[in-house]
Amino acid sequence: MSNAVAHADVHGGAHGHAAHHPKLQHHFETMEQQKEASTLGMWVFLLTEVLFFGGLFFAYMLYRIWYFDAFAEASRSLGIGLGAFNTAVLIGSSLTMALAVRAAQTSERKATVTWLILTIVLGCVFLGVKVVEYADKFEHHHVPGAHYIWAAEHAPGEGSAGAAASEAEHAAPAGGDLQRLTQIFFSLYFTMTGLHALHMIVGVGIMGVITWMAYKGRFDSSYYTPVEMAGLYWHFVDLVWIFLFPLLYLVERHT
Amino acid sequence: MSGHVSPKSVYYSIFGALMVFTGITVAAAFVNLGALNFPVALAIAIIKATLVVLFFMHVKYSSRLTKLVVATSLFFLLILLAETFMDYATRGMAPPLPMLQ
Repeated sequence: MSNAVAHADVHGGAHGHAAHHPKLQHHFETMEQQKEASTLGMWVFLLTEVLFFGGLFFAYMLYRIWYFDAFAEASRSLGIGLGAFNTAVLIGSSLTMALAVRAAQTSERKATVTWLILTIVLGCVFLGVKVVEYADKFEHHHVPGAHYIWAAEHAPGEGSAGAAASEAEHAAPAGGDLQRLTQIFFSLYFTMTGLHALHMIVGVGIMGVITWMAYKGRFDSSYYTPVEMAGLYWHFVDLVWIFLFPLLYLVERHT
Repeated sequence: MSGHVSPKSVYYSIFGALMVFTGITVAAAFVNLGALNFPVALAIAIIKATLVVLFFMHVKYSSRLTKLVVATSLFFLLILLAETFMDYATRGMAPPLPMLQ
């Protein structure tokens, strides 16, 4: 409220400064300076995100070194096809995002909206595949906790109990160590992919708002900072997955 | 307003490179490289991340201040990983402190 008054004052005032871009806030000298400030702020935020995920990556590294066999064993139970497919989907969404920013830079309103919608669609495809994967984990009792079962069928040389029973719940739990240690892998799997998926959900929400703004014609070559900042966030989430995919899905596939 | 506009071909090439590297990392996982399996997977991920940061996130064309913040984030990450690792790697090596006994 007081902001609006101050705004009116400045413009109504006698000092009459030169006409400027309507999106230029008064505490900035130029549009370039304003954009630079936004970019810097966004990267400082992403720095905190790097450290946020960094702690989890450290936990992963430590337990992987300690319990490599259990990690390799558990990693092999993840569907490599779905994981690779999702990696391609997310890289594709980064491409559409980059093209959306480019379209905004060149004042192509329709193209901006189209690329943004494609980005949202690809983001939703990724989340959909994640739902399928999570459901599969629940079905196989691979969710850490009281109902966790690392069935003998996963462990070669642990007997043929798994062959008789197609459902994991009828199979005998594998030897104590794997039953205990593979849960560490799945705890990290759910924490890391869950946190990543949460970032994706937030990202889809942000893209929805940005798409609406783009549709309303708020952006052109003179002002597209929100599209570019949303893009930085989206690409960062893609970056996290670029590391998560090999670390979780590809621990040891050659045996 | 300034701001580097990359040609579309740059974005398509980077996308292609990222897909190729994804294929390589999946293929490499099925080859027994011994102790090198993990470094190879990590190196490919770092190459992919660098491409995304430089071209999709426009850091290549950003101000030196932005580049400094990006480098700082990696430096802080290195501190986080290295110092915590040193803690775990050296546990039990030092005698307990007398005032804690």
